Amino acid sequence: MSNVLAVLEQRDGAIRKVSYEVVTGARRLADALGGGAGVDALILATGPVQGADQLGRFGADRVVTLTNVAFGRYAPEGYARAIADGVNAGGYGVVVFAASATGKDLAPRVAARLGRPLVQDITDVTAAAGAVIATRPVYAGKALLRVRVAGSPVMLSLRPNVFTPVQRPKAGAQESASVDGSAGRVIVTQIKAAPAGTLDVAEAPIVVSGGRGLKDPANFKVLEALAAAFAGRAAVGASRAVVDAGWRPHADQVGQTGKTVSPTLYVAVGISGAIQHLAGMRTSKVIVAINKDKDAPIFKVADYGIVGDLFEVVPRLTEEIRKLHG
Amino acid sequence: MKIAVCIKRVPDSETRVKIASDGKSLDEAGVKFILNPYDEFAVEEGLRLKEKAGTGEVVVIALGPAAAQETIRTALAMGADRGVLLQTQGLHPDGLETAKALAAELKGAGFDVILLGKMAIDDYNHQVGPMVAELLDLPCVTTVTHLEIVGGKGTAEREIEGGVEVVAFPLPAVLTTDKGLNEPRYPALKGIMAAKKKPLEVKPTAPGPGALEILSLTLPPERQAGKIVGEGPAAVAELVRLLREEAKVL
Repeated sequence: MSNVLAVLEQRDGAIRKVSYEVVTGARRLADALGGGAGVDALILATGPVQGADQLGRFGADRVVTLTNVAFGRYAPEGYARAIADGVNAGGYGVVVFAASATGKDLAPRVAARLGRPLVQDITDVTAAAGAVIATRPVYAGKALLRVRVAGSPVMLSLRPNVFTPVQRPKAGAQESASVDGSAGRVIVTQIKAAPAGTLDVAEAPIVVSGGRGLKDPANFKVLEALAAAFAGRAAVGASRAVVDAGWRPHADQVGQTGKTVSPTLYVAVGISGAIQHLAGMRTSKVIVAINKDKDAPIFKVADYGIVGDLFEVVPRLTEEIRKLHG
Repeated sequence: MKIAVCIKRVPDSETRVKIASDGKSLDEAGVKFILNPYDEFAVEEGLRLKEKAGTGEVVVIALGPAAAQETIRTALAMGADRGVLLQTQGLHPDGLETAKALAAELKGAGFDVILLGKMAIDDYNHQVGPMVAELLDLPCVTTVTHLEIVGGKGTAEREIEGGVEVVAFPLPAVLTTDKGLNEPRYPALKGIMAAKKKPLEVKPTAPGPGALEILSLTLPPERQAGKIVGEGPAAVAELVRLLREEAKVL
């Protein structure tokens, strides 16, 4: 069996957390395929990357860092060319990306260069009789599509927060090679960073989302305080209604025309639970709803609900969470 | 400026999904179809680019069934100049085959900008735009939330986790649009009347079979109806206990 290639991401010279998930998913698939399939991890950077030495713990047999002065920031064309060349040279049977902002941009480019289909944003993967079978949410999670991929290499991207990193120690042998070539025609000239510590709703392990029940954009400070109480593990999300009203940025929207999230804990505050919103968060591991309307549809999908005035309930919750993280 | 906008006919986002009897597709009975919301941003941006340039053409191209003519008419009513339907029997799950069919239509047509929504809200493939770009060997920026084009060069912004990437690129280019880029206009009555007379060419198209075989389309497991822990702030202590001891997420 040919090996599995895990394409990883770094930012500012450090491995991104989602990359450990990619190695975990790649390892799981390699084991399912059997025949001693190995996992190679691939990093593109300007030099040594912090965290690369940890990848063996999650199941990487080999860690290859391709260096180029143009690889500090994401360089769509330069990355795609280097990865496609690497896949061809290595004869990989499967290539796994993260379905992150970068991965969702990069994976289709590499797939098109290789003339191969791409199964994007998968939530499960198995092997049967040597063929890869992947599951992905469609219609914003209202349905699950299972597909079998014919031929090789199989191109996949993994939805963030689904493939929880698992310790699976392997050699993690480090290699490095410099590659030629330019960044390409498309150049990332700048990254405007969000305020330090801001997590993206698609990647945060905890999401606290607000809807029309907040009544006023200024009231989101109540949710921001709750998110802050989780000590850097929570992001603030929003329903379509409040994004369309201009209360919150588009990047925070959870739902069918926003982001689909799968955090460990999703707290829906003042959100009634329109079908397009439920579609975006129903794969969360645990859902808590706080709403004054006991008949709100959100309670039908919530594991735990509190019926009440969010302006009374949320501050109390914030207090209790702060005590835990005291 | 010559602009192409690739669009798709998709089920409305409020659709309740029912699985067809083959167990592999959507039961379309009673489903309302709309112009893919992310493609609306693409159509709007195309119209604005043409308006700003003061001259040019906006061509909308859809791959889909005969009924997608209606979707094209929606874009024409917004202000696009003409439409092309690459008419197929059913759609394939393999985004690369869609990209190949679109690229074949776009190739050599001299478009300065090719716009697509970042993804369709039905199949969630999220890949056709950059694939079209690769097949045509054009620069591409995906999930664009801000765009400026001046004299054959563009600057775009796209959201990444924890920030915004600012990206420079030359024209011609392929761009995929995200929510936040613009506010799509509603077709005015005059536009709707005019759209009926705009050219709409139908070309029978047969995308390749692709390499993805659909095994099943199923509804996700129903979430167990949870419990109401209680009412008001008094219930918070119990909620936190349950989250720690029962759900084990704190």
